Amino acid sequence: MSLSSIPADWIFGLAGGLVIGLSAAVLLLGNARILGASGILGSVVEGSEPDTTTERLWFLGALVGAPAIAVVIFGAPQTHVSGNLPLLVIAGLMVGLGTRLANGCTSGHGVCGMSRFSTRSIVSTLVYLAAGFAVMAVARHILGVL
Amino acid sequence: MRNLISAVSGGLFGLGLLISGMTDTAKVQGWLDLFGDWDPTLAFVLGGAILPMLLAWRIAPRRKVSVTGVAFPTMPRQVIDGRLLAGSALFGAGWALAGFCPGPALASITWGGLGGLTLLLAMIGGMIVSSLAGKRRLAAA
Repeated sequence: MSLSSIPADWIFGLAGGLVIGLSAAVLLLGNARILGASGILGSVVEGSEPDTTTERLWFLGALVGAPAIAVVIFGAPQTHVSGNLPLLVIAGLMVGLGTRLANGCTSGHGVCGMSRFSTRSIVSTLVYLAAGFAVMAVARHILGVL
Repeated sequence: MRNLISAVSGGLFGLGLLISGMTDTAKVQGWLDLFGDWDPTLAFVLGGAILPMLLAWRIAPRRKVSVTGVAFPTMPRQVIDGRLLAGSALFGAGWALAGFCPGPALASITWGGLGGLTLLLAMIGGMIVSSLAGKRRLAAA
């Protein structure tokens, strides 16, 4: 298999993934914090751990700001956000509640926890992947709503 | 210094999500669509992200403290309870329905339109519900 036959999306995925991993390594080795998007946003929303709220706001600001600047320079990437607002409200509530109950999401459990061989994170990742596969199968191929 | 490190990390995280294509809901939903036109990109993203962290988790115990002098977080007690399982299942279901997990929902908010904003606000609403439920449990205990 020659290099040019590898889909560009996979190469961008791997490159972007490495940058995501680098960002988590910077936060761990720099600040001794585990990068979890749901935990960082959730703790700011809750107002828990008030002495580190400022640094988490810096994180969130840059998380929104850096891609926004890139998009101004290079143009907006493709996205396919559903136009079904009630569906998005239900999905958002599930993601918000679920990630807080599970104490983590794709970044916290999937990236930081799995790379540490945490049993909780491996179990969580297997469960949210299985639930995602199952809901996608039912919603798209049986109910036809996605 | 801590704020600067947080900002650098947050910025890299956002750019990584953008480069990887994970801000496109169709890529995420394509990964979850095992019985349709399956898109394996997310596996490359997750694999790529885990590599630097495998290294970081090896460096951390040797240095004992972070650059800013804080002790590294200890491994939490490995309890698999209903809360972890139910929360993960709920998250996975919502992830499939919208094609968004929390990181990309934040990163793409400036170009995600009304749908992206709706999803993010509902997600924050879900986090508030979880917080209120937790406080009620504490009060009842």
